[in-house]
Amino acid sequence: MKTKVIIFFIILNFNVVNAITFSVDSNKILKNLRCLICQGQSVADSNSEFAQTIKIVVRDQINDGKSEKEIYDFLIEKYGEWIVYKPPLNKVNFLLWLLPYLVFITGGVIIFLRFKKRNNR
Amino acid sequence: MQKKIIKLSIILLIIFIIGVFFIGLNKNSIYDTKNLVGQKITKIKLEHFSDNRIITEEDLRKNNFTLINFWASWCGPCRVEHPILLKLNEEKNLELLGVNFKDKKNNALEFLKDLGDPYDDLARDELGKHSINFGIYGIPESILINKDLVIIKKFIGPISKNDYNYIKNIIRQ
Repeated sequence: MKTKVIIFFIILNFNVVNAITFSVDSNKILKNLRCLICQGQSVADSNSEFAQTIKIVVRDQINDGKSEKEIYDFLIEKYGEWIVYKPPLNKVNFLLWLLPYLVFITGGVIIFLRFKKRNNR
Repeated sequence: MQKKIIKLSIILLIIFIIGVFFIGLNKNSIYDTKNLVGQKITKIKLEHFSDNRIITEEDLRKNNFTLINFWASWCGPCRVEHPILLKLNEEKNLELLGVNFKDKKNNALEFLKDLGDPYDDLARDELGKHSINFGIYGIPESILINKDLVIIKKFIGPISKNDYNYIKNIIRQ
């Protein structure tokens, strides 16, 4: 009996986690999509005709089993990279992606060298 | 030596920031979908307005040039471009495919009855989902494609007289 109850709760928990993952994914995608006819609003935040249509298309594609990347690729193909707030890494914007890491590492090295110098004194 | 390196790094950083601002501010920030020009339209599946059939790529391949026009009866600027569409319908080398966008069937029919029907074929996109495949983000929008389904030009907003002349020149070449 105890085992059955445990199995029941495991299955229930699994379904709940699955349901949460689905809703989070859909919301995450919509929040990363720019409403092209609104000023500074994401598709998730906008109620414009365009945003409503994109919401339907994204949910349809999720239901069809498309991955997050496939959905972004489809929309980027149709509307360009401007539609996503977080553009994918490519040769044009690689510096933009790498710069924070470079600054972080350089800063770390400078701090390390300063500490080392101070200790040596 | 260390001071020199720090000075040089700061100068380089300032040059970089100025460069980023210079390029960013000189860029045209008005969004359009002109990057679609030259691309091939694929996966066309449009529900016919009145017949129980689907308009596909095969239907469009039969025409030398096709102007796909997205419109609705509730759209004001669509009324402005309508006389030009009627004139374009007289062109022999061009087929007009109308896509009725998020509209009520009766209203669309009344619109065409009042202003005239310029379309050789008429499709319906009740939820606007299929228009996303054409990169549509507002109406009216029109796309001129050739026999190979390659986009020659995208017209965002109502078709003007200049656009009319442009289309005429392209299809008569």
